[in-house]
Amino acid sequence: MKITVPIRISVAVLLTLSHRTVAQSAGRPPLRWGGDAEGGAPFVEADPADPSKVRGFDVEIARMIAHGLGREPQFVQVQWSSIEQSLERGDFDVGMSGLEDRPELRARHSVSIPYFEFREVLAVRTADSARYRTLSDLRGKRVGTLGATTAYQILLGARDSLGLIPISYDDDVHPYADLVAGRVDAVLLDNIIADRSHRRLPGFVVQPAPVATGHYVAVFPLANGAERDSADAILRARMRDGSLEKVFRAWNVWDDEQAKYLQRATAAAPEQGATTNPGSTAGSSAATYLPALLRAAGITLLLSCLSMLLAVSVGVCIAAGRVYGAPFVRALLTVYVEAVRGTPVLLQLFVIYYGLSGVVRLPAFAAAVLGLGLNYAAYESEIYRSALEAIARPQLEAARTLGLSEFQILRLVRGPQALRLALAPMTNDFVALLKDSSLVSVITVVELTKQTAIYATNIGSWVVPGLLCALAYLALSLPLSHFARRLERRWSAA
Amino acid sequence: MERGMTLSVRGLRVLRGEREVLRGVDVDVAPGEICALMGASGAGKTTVLRAVAALQPFDGGSITVDEVVLRPGPLPVQSQLGALRRHVGMVFQAHALFEHLSALDNVTLAPIHVLRWDRGRAESVAHELLESLGVGARASAFPRQLSGGEAQRVAIARALAPNPSLLLMDEPTAALDPARRGALGEKLRELAREGRALLVSTHDVDFARACADRVITLADGAIVPA
Repeated sequence: MKITVPIRISVAVLLTLSHRTVAQSAGRPPLRWGGDAEGGAPFVEADPADPSKVRGFDVEIARMIAHGLGREPQFVQVQWSSIEQSLERGDFDVGMSGLEDRPELRARHSVSIPYFEFREVLAVRTADSARYRTLSDLRGKRVGTLGATTAYQILLGARDSLGLIPISYDDDVHPYADLVAGRVDAVLLDNIIADRSHRRLPGFVVQPAPVATGHYVAVFPLANGAERDSADAILRARMRDGSLEKVFRAWNVWDDEQAKYLQRATAAAPEQGATTNPGSTAGSSAATYLPALLRAAGITLLLSCLSMLLAVSVGVCIAAGRVYGAPFVRALLTVYVEAVRGTPVLLQLFVIYYGLSGVVRLPAFAAAVLGLGLNYAAYESEIYRSALEAIARPQLEAARTLGLSEFQILRLVRGPQALRLALAPMTNDFVALLKDSSLVSVITVVELTKQTAIYATNIGSWVVPGLLCALAYLALSLPLSHFARRLERRWSAA
Repeated sequence: MERGMTLSVRGLRVLRGEREVLRGVDVDVAPGEICALMGASGAGKTTVLRAVAALQPFDGGSITVDEVVLRPGPLPVQSQLGALRRHVGMVFQAHALFEHLSALDNVTLAPIHVLRWDRGRAESVAHELLESLGVGARASAFPRQLSGGEAQRVAIARALAPNPSLLLMDEPTAALDPARRGALGEKLRELAREGRALLVSTHDVDFARACADRVITLADGAIVPA
């Protein structure tokens, strides 16, 4: 389960603040549980009747565990992808919200018994339902999913074995929108999300045969195995007395498979949904992830260079238009610059990639170059405009008395001198662009930061991935800064 | 315009807001003649030069350079001034050399890009000019590497490269020591002997008397009767 589109902050603040009150009344400290209300129903969502409260099956299970421990639940809003990190830094006592059981999770945290069994299912466009039944039918095709999930790991494995192309998303809404729009050929996600999306969006079908099965669990800090054991006992009791079934029925996620699972879970010894993988440490995994990081660094570099090229070209035209253009042109360009600088680049990327998809369906990389390039063009144009206007009037007058046309003056006299003034801020902007390129992961481009986040999520630590990522960014930006400084020295010596 | 004159300025008036900066100035300069415009700071010398070079609009009178006539009103756009630009060269008080170009490239800029000469011809002429002005050895230097006197001579070479019939010079002696002033005066006389008309603004009385054929004195925007 996972995250939907960014309306994150307001919901988060509201929910975090308001849910403190309930638990404060009990004598014992509240059980703070972290989840992401942006994930929506049936997991956790803001209550439509009172948006300051949350509801969902995870909310009810958290309440069961809390009450079983003699405490009151207190919801803490946290971005889904950050639940593990927030848990270990002590932001809350237990993390829930459709967290998938997997070996890496068990290696790093105290994980409860699974309380829900889901199926990873393949969704394809209605017209393709006969063609694409399983992953093996999707050789060479683009298959979307949410990054840093079991489904993504399955797709990465299938990339090597079956030759399909995994496309990582930051939310679980856009994969299906892109499926219907034709940007991807299939989506692999759990059946809860697939069913929910299917109800909202026509144009695709969910293949009945599951690709894999998985389980939702609650996670406790590694050092708090005792509380986890208590939670396990509470969950088993609720499985036996039918409380859990009631909750799942109420949220329409109960089916025969779920009944069979709960039967197995209560009859057998405590089930470990996944095995631990003690060999997968941050250090040893570096070699495994290095090729992917290098590939992502290459994407970051290419993306930044192309975006900067576009930004410089468009920026020069805008600056020239604002300096030399007619009043109407100047006004129009000023509106563009102010509109672009006054709105977040993230919003612009969404508009270009998703908002305009009805008019022009750009590939993600092209949309990223366009979004970053046009955004930075506004900033570049201001640098060039001020540099052009900083050229002393006698320089321009001398050029005019020689008979040069205004365009020749711009090209041969004013432009080259302005370039020297603009070089330092341009270098700054390129370095900033290099880092801002991480934003394009929201439109499915897996660049350096996104790849690092996937790596860090998988190994449960940011130390090695963060260091490697920082080194890669430095390796990309330092040569440019060095080159710019040399050029500045050379020009200032002239 | 009087017959045989390169430059003829008649009744030149320039307003700056309510203030009349030039009040009916008449100036004639014949080929081979050096005319010095003298006067205190603010007298209007530079304004006359800028109006003749079509860098400054004027409000009354007329300016004729060879067959090109400038009328009162807004400045014509640069593309309409081609004929004037071919006839008039200007040396600015602070040289205004292009900082990003070497002395040689400053001089060859107009021949290559305006007159469409090939680079070889443009450089050959530029070297000759720089040599004749005593700065041939500084051809590859950039403006900030030149002394005031060297920059002045490179600026003259740049103005002369397109071979204008009228050369305007704004305070050419401002950055020069007495020895350099004498050399400059000699160079100007040489240019005049080649048939060029020179209009030189200066407040240097000795320089004007030594090298000008005629001196016009301005005070408060009007010519002071001799």
